[in-house]
Amino acid sequence: MDLGMTVLIVDDFATMRRIVKGVLKDLGFKNIIEAENGKAALSELKKEEVGLVISDWNMPEMTGIELLKAVRAQDQFKSLPFIMVTAEGQKDNVLEAVKAGVTNYVVKPFTPETLKQKLEAAFKQ
Amino acid sequence: MDVRLINPFIDATLHVLKMMASVEAKAGKPYIKKTECAAGDVSAVIGLTGEANGTISITFPAKSIMAIVSRMFGETITRVDGEVSDAVGEIANMISGQARQKLEKMGRVLQGAIPSVIMGKDHQIKHISSHPIVAVPFESDDGGFTIEVCIEE
Repeated sequence: MDLGMTVLIVDDFATMRRIVKGVLKDLGFKNIIEAENGKAALSELKKEEVGLVISDWNMPEMTGIELLKAVRAQDQFKSLPFIMVTAEGQKDNVLEAVKAGVTNYVVKPFTPETLKQKLEAAFKQ
Repeated sequence: MDVRLINPFIDATLHVLKMMASVEAKAGKPYIKKTECAAGDVSAVIGLTGEANGTISITFPAKSIMAIVSRMFGETITRVDGEVSDAVGEIANMISGQARQKLEKMGRVLQGAIPSVIMGKDHQIKHISSHPIVAVPFESDDGGFTIEVCIEE
């Protein structure tokens, strides 16, 4: 993992952005940017060279799954690591995300160790 | 309401608070709540749809939620502000998600909406129907809190 890459955290809850950011900082990531929903995330992706997206599913304006589909529809983001971190752990949700090209899937609540393992696995793929 | 639908919410509440805030809580005896008045100062409500419609809520007294969010953030929180209300929404969101996973295993697939958070003394919690509201009080070293489940079948 390149700890110098920019990581984009997408979640409508500031609490979860804060928790995920804390885990990333503990892992050594230095460049972390945030967005409150999928629409804002797409705008960040246009401005910044992002190396990893960590996104919630349920968000107003544009959900995480809509963001994932919009990202994968663009050639330059076909292989951008995209981790869904969500409370939606039902089978249909996981399958939909896999079909849409998610790199890894983390169900909330999670431990820092779980997120770390999923991050490492995402970069091995 | 089928009382078996309550256990997933109790288990999910215990799990989420333990994982996110290292809070070891104990569930008390469920009771039928007759009023709309919240037992706490900050509440989050989530609508449920799918094979059954309903609402769930969680409500915290100020003292309890400040202690719980302090644990979540690793810093002392001394007032109930936007950060705390955001955290209550996220806690409710995770409880909803965890409980719905457990319900799926019981053959009941439900979708959860985005939480609404209500703050203030003596605020009201509006559930979607006139079906019985089952309230479950919890106790922990950080104080008490209550979940409410109202599902119509």
